[in-house]
Amino acid sequence: MTAVAAPARNRRRPSTPARVGLGVGVLWFSVLALLPLVAVVVETSSAGWAGFLATITDAQTAAALRLTVTQALGVTAVNVVMGTLIAWVLVRDPFPGRRAVEVLIDIPFALPTIVAGLVLLSLYGPGSPLGIDVAATEAAVTLALLFVTLPFVVRTVQPVLAELDADVEQAAASLGASPLTILRRIVAPALAPAVAAGAALSFARALSEYGALVLLSGNLPMRTEVASVRILSYLESGDQTSAAAVATLLLAVSLLAIVALELIGRAAVRRG
Amino acid sequence: MVSWRHARRLVVVGYLVLLVGWPMSLVVQATFADGLDTLARTLGDPAVRSALGLTVVVAASAVVVNTVFGVGMSLLLVRTEFRGKRVLSALLDLPLSVSPVVVGLAIVLAYGQDGWFGPALEDAGFRVVFALPGIVLATAFVSLPLVIREVVPVLTEIGTDEEQAARSLGAGAWPTFWRITLPAIKWAVVYGVVLTMARSLGEFGAVKIVSGNLEGATQTATLLVEQRYQDFDQGAAYATAFLLAAVSVACIVVISFLRPEEKP
Repeated sequence: MTAVAAPARNRRRPSTPARVGLGVGVLWFSVLALLPLVAVVVETSSAGWAGFLATITDAQTAAALRLTVTQALGVTAVNVVMGTLIAWVLVRDPFPGRRAVEVLIDIPFALPTIVAGLVLLSLYGPGSPLGIDVAATEAAVTLALLFVTLPFVVRTVQPVLAELDADVEQAAASLGASPLTILRRIVAPALAPAVAAGAALSFARALSEYGALVLLSGNLPMRTEVASVRILSYLESGDQTSAAAVATLLLAVSLLAIVALELIGRAAVRRG
Repeated sequence: MVSWRHARRLVVVGYLVLLVGWPMSLVVQATFADGLDTLARTLGDPAVRSALGLTVVVAASAVVVNTVFGVGMSLLLVRTEFRGKRVLSALLDLPLSVSPVVVGLAIVLAYGQDGWFGPALEDAGFRVVFALPGIVLATAFVSLPLVIREVVPVLTEIGTDEEQAARSLGAGAWPTFWRITLPAIKWAVVYGVVLTMARSLGEFGAVKIVSGNLEGATQTATLLVEQRYQDFDQGAAYATAFLLAAVSVACIVVISFLRPEEKP
C-alpha cells in the first residue's frame, strides 16, 4: 500500500481493527466462494483445451447448451417487454389491489425453486384444470424460466420509473411531440440502463436455473435437458472434469452477459 | 387513453395470475384437498420432521454467518478505502449469477473426498461434503450477497456525520456502532436477514450435490419434496412444498409491510 494515495473526503484510512476485519472477511469469502470456483476452473484446465472442446461439442452437451442459451435469450426478451410493462402499470397507473400484485411479483424470488416447479406443474402439468399439459416439453422450460426470472426487470425498472418526472413528458407532448417520440427520446433512454441491468440478471438466472426445471421439464436428453442438468448428470456418472467444463462455460457466458449489458446500458445513456 | 390503461392493466394482471397466482393457489388446494389430514400425516412422518429440522438448522446457520459477514463487509466497503475495493465489491455479487449446480460442484471439488482440501480435513476428523458443514457452506454461498446488497445503499445514504459527531464526543468505535450506525441500518439488516432466510430455506441444487440426500440424515426439506414427488407420494410432496411456500410468502409479506411507502 502506498502512503501517497489521498483518502477520500469523509473516509478514514483503514484502522488496525478494520484491516483485521477485512482480512478475516476476505479469507472467509475465499474459503466459501472464491477457492471453490477456482477449483472448478482448474479442474476444467486439467483436461486441456482439447478436452474442454471435446466436452462442449459432445452432441448431448452441445444440445443442452444450445437449448439453455436460446431459452435464456427468449425469456429475457419476454421479461424486457413484460417487466417494463408491469413496472409501468405499477408506477404510473396505480389501482386497487396493487399491493397484492407486488407480492405476486416477489413470490418467485423467495419461493424455493423445487416448489416453483411443483406449483407450475399443478396448472400446466398432467391433470391441469386448463387442459394444458406442457410437462416434458420445451415449453415447460420456457415456463419455468419465465417464473423464476419474473422479478428482475420489474424490480430494477420500477424505482427508476418512479424517479422519472412525468412533467417532462407532458412538456414534450405540449410542444407537439408524438407519444412515440416521447417514448423514444425521453422514456427509453432514461429506462435503458435499468432495463439492461434487469435483463442481465434475468439472463444469468435463466442460464443457471436448475431446481424449477427438475420436475417440470422431464430432463430429456437432446430435447429438454438444460446445461445445469447436464452438469449434474456428468457429476453423477463420476466425470468431474466434464462437469467442470460445462460449469466454466456457464460462468463465462453469464459474466460476459453482465458486462455486455452494462455497456449497452451506458451507451444508451450517452445517446439519450 | 382510459381504454389503453385498462388494457395494460388487464395484460399485467392476467400474466401474473396465470404465471404465479393461479398455480400457487392450486398447491394450497392440493394440500388441503382432504382437510388437514394430509398435512397432519406428513408432519407425523419422521423423515419429514427430520428434513424440516435440518432445513431450519441450515438456514439459521447461513443467516447468522451471512449477517455477521454482510454487515461487517458492508461497513468496510462503505466506510473505508482499500485497494481492490471495486473488484471485491463486484466479486461479492458473483454468487447471485452462479448456478446452484455449479456451486455444489465447486464445493465438492474444493472440499470433497478427492478435492483440494477434503483429504486433509478428513484426516483432521472433519467431514464437509455429504455432511452438515457442506450443506451449510452451499447454502451460505448462494445467499451470501443478500445482506450486503440491502445494507450498502443505506450506509452510503446516511453518511458519516452522526458517527463523526459521536466519535468527536469521545465515543469509541464499538459504542458508535451499537448506538448510532446499527439503529440507522436496522431495517436494511432486517430485510437482508429475511431475504437470506427465504433463500436458504429453499436452496435445492447446490444442496442436492453436497448433501448426499440421505433420508433422515442429510435430506433437507426441498430434497424431500423432489424425492416424494418422484416416488408418487404426492400428498407429502405437496404438503411439504406448501409449508416451504407459506414461509417464503410470509417473508415477502413481512417485507412489504415493513417497507411501507418508500416507493411512491
